[in-house]
Amino acid sequence: MPHTLAEKIIAARSGERIDGPGQIVRCPVSLVLANDITAPLAIKSFRAMGAKQVFDRDRVALVCDHFTPNKDIASAEQVKVVREFARDMGLTHYYEGGDAGVEHALLPELGLVGPGEVVVGADSHTCTYGGLGAFATGMGSTDIAFAMALGETWFKVPATLRVDISGRLEPFVGAKDLILEVIGRIGVAGALYKALEFGGPVVDRMPVEGRMTMANMAIEAGAKVGLFAADDKTLAYCREAGRLGDMPLAPDPAAVYEQRMELDAGGMGPRVACPHLPENVRPVEDLAGTKIDQVVIGSCTNGRISDLRQAAALLKGRKVDKDVRLIVLPATPGVWRQALAEGLLAVFMDAGAVVGPPTCGPCLGGHMGILAGGERALATTNRNFKGRMGSLESEVYLAGPAVAAASAVAGEIIHPANLA
Amino acid sequence: MKVKGRAHKVGDNIDTDAIIPARYLVTTDARELGSKCMEGLEPGWVRGVSQNDVLVAGENFGCGSSREHAPLAILGAGIPVVVAKSYARIFYRNGFNMGLVLLEVGEAADRLGQGDELEIDTDKGLIRDLTTGESVECRPVPGFMREILDAGGLVGYAAKRLVQT
Repeated sequence: MPHTLAEKIIAARSGERIDGPGQIVRCPVSLVLANDITAPLAIKSFRAMGAKQVFDRDRVALVCDHFTPNKDIASAEQVKVVREFARDMGLTHYYEGGDAGVEHALLPELGLVGPGEVVVGADSHTCTYGGLGAFATGMGSTDIAFAMALGETWFKVPATLRVDISGRLEPFVGAKDLILEVIGRIGVAGALYKALEFGGPVVDRMPVEGRMTMANMAIEAGAKVGLFAADDKTLAYCREAGRLGDMPLAPDPAAVYEQRMELDAGGMGPRVACPHLPENVRPVEDLAGTKIDQVVIGSCTNGRISDLRQAAALLKGRKVDKDVRLIVLPATPGVWRQALAEGLLAVFMDAGAVVGPPTCGPCLGGHMGILAGGERALATTNRNFKGRMGSLESEVYLAGPAVAAASAVAGEIIHPANLA
Repeated sequence: MKVKGRAHKVGDNIDTDAIIPARYLVTTDARELGSKCMEGLEPGWVRGVSQNDVLVAGENFGCGSSREHAPLAILGAGIPVVVAKSYARIFYRNGFNMGLVLLEVGEAADRLGQGDELEIDTDKGLIRDLTTGESVECRPVPGFMREILDAGGLVGYAAKRLVQT
């Protein structure tokens, strides 16, 4: 039978005949990952299972990125547990310190994920790799311990919601605005248990980094995966990352979709998600004039070089408003170095920004930009749940890098086109 | 499993940052996490909870991060069973893996009131509200999840498999 992208990958990797959604299959995994928050629990479960060795020391990646550089004694103790485990197991891919970055920006850059692969990670934004055509999904630590020990997991084959995006994008409108629009339309449970599959002319033209931004937020609609076909752009990205032998991947033309959604993005302006759910999406114009105390540019959603270029283009020759703290966190050491070489970091610093190390830090209210009660942030991150970035009395608005940079200058939420 | 306890109601889309805010994720100890359960929803929430009480939630319970600390915090607070309209998928897997029983009842969750005395038979899939006399039947636990529960959770299931290999 014809297959959706999700069905196609699961069928190829599991070797099972896939007859449609709902079927439960056991499936080998290509890569298993965890971070400094989730790995300690996974290690505890791994040991309780009686496992002595990981299934493949080249295919378990541990990235310490959430509370690093270690923010306090407790987080340092957690990282120590992860480091010692990585050493005991002889893991090839352990990252901490100068070679660590935000995991979902780092692993694609290192060529550790690619089209047609099955990736499971103890982090909900593992779905990011769907931007490269990987069936990648987040799980809890014990599921991950199981995969680390046995090299396999189980899935229920998801039904697919296909989203086709057409139209000519307006200036300052990008991948983040499109995924926010989709989440705004279908809601935070709109794709619960399902695969989101993106296509259409806008997606065909979209650079791979944008596709990863969109796939990253599939989980904010409840989806198991957010999938894109692997085309020439994907293969070029993977070659650049040092991978060999990746093949194109596309859904079958007669694939059966449970639901379809058409989005004509022509004429659409930038989008902002208001507190306290990613589904509270409104046109930026509706929020113009909303005062902000902090802007964060970074994260696994929008901390890549293309995001920093967009932000720098708006910040060049301008100053951040005196009542706003702008924090820029390039997502990986590679992005940091590239931004340095292109002069982007100088642009940020001249504008009055704090340029920090690659870390998830403020996105989850960990460190490096915590909000006080009554404060309001605009961030290029992925979640705006109550208290996500600090005090329960604080607020987080989500937007793309252009709106974030422009708003930092204006001191209030603003359409980048209206920046003086 | 049979459970008797009071219902603590929460709304729709209760996320993992509400269940256990990230700043408390510096431990993996269930009791310690339990002492901060729902701290992101309402500070001090857990003080109203007694051993074997039941959490009754709306749609998409447990959405957000993959942190297993969320079901652990609920278990650590003394709550062995959650009854919800629906669950976010990562949380659903995590719950069973950690030994937290999750019952999905759809709109019937609205018939259970805050503070009501509930008697739950998880094997039969029956929830009796002793305060109102209402009964709610729930979907049986799917076959594959039962295998994991029968092994005492995913750790036990994996241990069995590892012995075989």
